[in-house]
This record gives sequence, structure tokens and C-alpha cells, in this order.
Amino acid sequence: MLDNLSLLFEFPPVALDVVLNGLLIGAIFALAAYGMALVWGVLNIVNVVQGELVVLGGYITFVAVQWGVPPLAGLPLSSAVMFCVGWLIYKAVIFRVVDRDIFISILATFGLSILIQQLANAVFGSDVRTVDADLGSIYFLDGMVTLSVVKLLAFVLALGAGAALWFFLGKARLGQAIRATAQNPRAARILGIDTDRVFAATYALNAALCGAAGSLAVMAWTIHPYLGLPYTIRSFMVVVVAGVGNVGAVIAAGLGLGALENVAGFVLGVEFQIAFVFALMVVILVWRSIRAARKRSYLE
Amino acid sequence: MRSVVTGLALLLVAAFGGAASAEETGVIKLGAAVSLTGKYSSNGQFTKNGYDLAAKLINEAGGVKVGDKSYRIEIIYYDDESTPARGAQLVERLIQQDGVKFLLGPYSSGLTEAIAPVTEKYGVPMVEANGAAVSLFRKGYRYLFAVLSTTDQYLRAAVDLAAALNEDPSKLRVAMAFENDPFSQDVREGVLEDIVKHGMKVVVDDKLPPELNDMSATLTKAKALRPDLLLISGHDKGAALAVRQMADQRVNVPMVALTHCDSAQVAEKFGAAAEYVLCAAQWASTLKYEDALFGSASDYAALYEATYNHVAPYQAAESSAAVQVFADAFERAGTLEPDAVRDALSQTDMQTFYGPIKFDETGKNVSKPTVLFQIQDGKYVVVYPREFAEGELRWPTPPWSER
Repeated sequence: MLDNLSLLFEFPPVALDVVLNGLLIGAIFALAAYGMALVWGVLNIVNVVQGELVVLGGYITFVAVQWGVPPLAGLPLSSAVMFCVGWLIYKAVIFRVVDRDIFISILATFGLSILIQQLANAVFGSDVRTVDADLGSIYFLDGMVTLSVVKLLAFVLALGAGAALWFFLGKARLGQAIRATAQNPRAARILGIDTDRVFAATYALNAALCGAAGSLAVMAWTIHPYLGLPYTIRSFMVVVVAGVGNVGAVIAAGLGLGALENVAGFVLGVEFQIAFVFALMVVILVWRSIRAARKRSYLE
Repeated sequence: MRSVVTGLALLLVAAFGGAASAEETGVIKLGAAVSLTGKYSSNGQFTKNGYDLAAKLINEAGGVKVGDKSYRIEIIYYDDESTPARGAQLVERLIQQDGVKFLLGPYSSGLTEAIAPVTEKYGVPMVEANGAAVSLFRKGYRYLFAVLSTTDQYLRAAVDLAAALNEDPSKLRVAMAFENDPFSQDVREGVLEDIVKHGMKVVVDDKLPPELNDMSATLTKAKALRPDLLLISGHDKGAALAVRQMADQRVNVPMVALTHCDSAQVAEKFGAAAEYVLCAAQWASTLKYEDALFGSASDYAALYEATYNHVAPYQAAESSAAVQVFADAFERAGTLEPDAVRDALSQTDMQTFYGPIKFDETGKNVSKPTVLFQIQDGKYVVVYPREFAEGELRWPTPPWSER
């Protein structure tokens, strides 16, 4: 561990490489986390199937590329197909659990995640899949720092999607309806908003964002049917830190988490990377509950 | 009406009686719980294909002769869903409910480890072909036999090769990354022994998590420290990620050795990025082994490909060999009594297309070496051991800027 730490100081470009790559990885987490924050805030559902939606998005790009579609065109395709898949999932399962106890929705989405894992395994096999976007990498500082173009693209896209989402929620009619529904579904219904449609659109939008994240993941790394959980955990973590109503905080938390965990993986060893994410989450939750308790005691 | 019924009944009796007298051969039931769903489903399918192919050929060649009666081999399969608990449960069911007296192994060391106590309890001999963890053979199991080389042997060849190529092996610096699972940690243990023997220095020693999705932390270290040898083992996804990210990050190491690159199909999927990589494997279709049933190793590969429409992976080859070992033991035992068969198994000393098979007292096959491929011009070329080498080792790997 100490040699790893000293390595960072001995070779400053290495430190730069680790942090930069972490930020780029974080962009993909942020993309998946936007959707989770939306669904959590609007439908009051913790979407445990989030990671599986990401993996499905990756498979769609993979299959499209097998059929001769250029990898980059797979990105909007994954989003579009996943939008429809999200709508279907909402109509089949999610609308039944929207008003229920949060525990029921967690169980339902957890069940969905197992179903999708097994279906993906049955259809695509357990092999590790990857798509080569052939975009290459950018090297600088004597080749010590590598930035893969796909990850850069993910970064730009995550920022772009964040801005678009912010604009959409603020200005667009449906975006305003989504915000109104999130604030008070009953009042929104009374004012003539078709909340069921808003819920469906929100969930489908979430799936579309996951589809884009998955498409980037399969181009930047690899996917296999059981890869969903790490994405679910990170999205959850990002939303816990950023809160459900703030697009800017989600991207900041996503990038921060990516950089932090990459540094932790480098210094502590990769085997502790996920442990670090969990530990961080526990610390943040404890800190939050202490802060909340203090606020409560002021009020009393 | 009644006469019609009697007539039908008579006909049925005649038909069945006729069938019974026409078929004089008996049936030996072998049982196997293999992973047809879950994370091992592709390798589980290879295992099943291997078993099926051997059983088919043995039956076509007249079956197994035990005493003076011949028997057909039949295999009962269950899907263990890649989970150890389910595997153990299914084996119990095979033995208790289906009356199976002989078992073929599952896929992976973890599942074999879960099943072995059960077969041991009932005294049911098991010949397995896909559980190579060293720990399996340290528990004193009497009914467990494995046709493959143990895991600790996998990458030792690469360390030996590196030592042989360099004048002073003690100056060599090694970077390694192994997944944190029994298989890969066994590989690490074996490699470490040889590293210590040669006095080499370990500069990176990472444990990769099972949910591994990014190897850049390890590779960045390797890039900064410039080791002479890089060893990575993390099943299919480890091999795929290593090849992909080494090319992405332009990590220059003179020698890189991996496990599972053939089952991950790195040469097919990554093309030029996979060149020069060394891959440890149990078997290769170019090896000069042969037997009476399948012919040579390449005959086996051709037959397998014609039957299943994909290249024969070593997981299938070793599975076929396991069935051959059973057939051979049945014939030598001259009876189907489990303990007699177990004793016959322990005396096994045979040549197969998969390699020589001879068990030591712990049940592992000690007479077959592991091989190293190198990916050369998109092909898997055997470069080690020397007596089987098809091509010269290409070493050192040129830096990315010159490739």
C-alpha cells in the first residue's frame, strides 16, 4: 500500500492518469445516476434494476454492431430501444408498485434485476462481450497518461445529458409536469396532469439514460450478464450523496466518486475498490443522520 | 371389444418382449451436474458437449465390455445453475433418487469442492475434468480423480521461460494480478514458488475483485514500473480486459502471460492487440497425443467442430477424456461394483488424445504437462513445452510504438 502511495509521488504523471481516468469513469456512473435520481424523486422508487438496464443497453449496442451498425450509432439506438423497454417495464411492473411501501418496490425491482440477468444469460450467454469503437486513445506526457477517446466521449455526453436534463425539467412542458408530480402527485392529478403518463415517461427516460451509459460501457470496457450490481451500487451511492433533486450535484458526485474510487483502488489495491465505495457510503449516511438529528434538536 | 383389447395387449407384450430380446447390452448410468445456466453456462456447455461426444463414440464402437457383457453409457444431467449449494443438492439426488453409482464432475473448482464431500460420503467414484484447484487434492478424498493438471501449474511455464531467456533470472522483475478466487489464487501460489526459486522480484501483486470491470489501476502501475514479466489470471473477463486495456494504455512489457485467453477468444476478438500474448492451457489440438477411440488430438478437434460448429476448447477435450477414463476403468475392473471401479481408477495408466493420464494417491493427474500458446498472426501457436512446440517463441514483445 505504501509503495503504491509513493509511486504516485515518484511518478506524478501516474497520479494524473489515475485521477483523470477516475473522472472519466465517474461520468458513466453519473449518466446512470441521473436516471436513478429521477425515478427516486418522482416515483419514490429505489430502482434496484438500474445496473441491469445499463447492461441491457450495452448488449443492444453489441448486437447492433454484430449486424453491421457502426458502434457510435449504437449509442442513440441503445437509448431509443431502452426508452421503449423502460416504458414496457413500467406498464408491466412498476405502475403496480408506485404508491406502495418502498420495501415492495425494492423487492419488485430486485426481482426484475434477477429476471433480466438470467434472460441476458440465456440469450447472450455468459461470455464477456465488448465492442471496439476504433476511436483509439490520446497519449501525452511521454505516453504515461492515456485518455481513451470513448471515455472522453462519455464525459462530454454525461455533461451534455446533464445540461439537457436540467433544461428539460425546467422549461419543457413534460419536464414541468414531472417536477409537479414529484412535488405532489395528488395535486398534480387535480390540476389535470396525467400522472400515470408522467411516471411512465420518467421511467422510460431513466432507461434511456441507462442505455446510453451501457452503450459507452461496452465500448470502453466489457459487459457480461452479471455486471449490473456494481452500476446499481454506484448509482445509489451517487444519489445518496447528491440528493434526488439536483442534476448538478449528481454529476459532481459521480465524477468525485469515480476519481476517489480509482485513487483508492490504486493505493489500497483493486480488491478494496468496492469495499471503499461501501465504506464511503456508510460514512456519508452516518454523517447525514448525525446532521439530521442535530437539525431536529434545534427545531425542538 | 374385449378381444380387441386382448389383441392390443398381446401386441404390446410382443413388441416389448421383442425389443428386450433384441437389446442384449446393459446400460451404465453416469450422473453429472453441470452449469447450463448461470455464470459458468458457456464452459458448462463445453463440459457437457465433451461428455456427450465421448459417450456417443464409445457407444458407437460397441459400448463398454465389463466381464463378458457390453454396456452402453448413458449420462443423466442436471443443471446446477453455477451455484455450489445447488450442485451438492443435485448430486445427492443423482445418487439417492436416480441410483447413479458413478459421477462425472461439474465445471469449475468451486463446484467440484462442493460436490466432493457428497460423493465421498456415499463412496461414489467421481472422475472430474474441470476442477483443478490444488486444495481439492489436499483433503484426502479417495473417490475423486481429476484428468487435468492442477491449477498451480498453469503459469509456471511462463516463469520458467522468462528465466531461461534471461542471463540472470534474479534480476527479473515480475508484475502480477490475480483474481481473488480459489482458481486464480492457486495459480498465484504456484507462480510465487518458482519466482522465489529463481530469486526474481515481485513489483506489483494485485488481487482483482470478482466483479472486476476495469484493470487500469494495475496496468498503470505496470506502466510506471516496467516489469520484465506480467502475469494475469482472472477467468475470461480478466483475459479480455487485460488484452484490451494493455493496448488502450500502451503498456509495454516484454512478456505477458494469461490464463483463459482461448476460452475468452482474445485472438479472434481483439486481433492485433492480442499478438505476442502467452496463454496457459490444459490442451491444444496441435499436440501429438492420440488414442484408439478419437485418433489424434487434431482428429478430436475436427470431430468436435463438425458436431458442435465451434472450435474445440480444452474444457471439452478434458471432459471427453474423463468419460474415456471411466470406460477404461470399468473394463479393467470387470465389475460395476463402485469400490472395485474406484480401485481400477486409481491404477489408471493410459494414453488419450488429451494426453497421458495417471493418478497419484491424491487423485490428480501427474503425467500431463500444461502448455503455453503464443498468439502469433492471429493464431494460437504452441511454444512450450519445447517437444510440442509448433513455432518459435516471439520475444521480447516490441513496444506499442513499433507495432
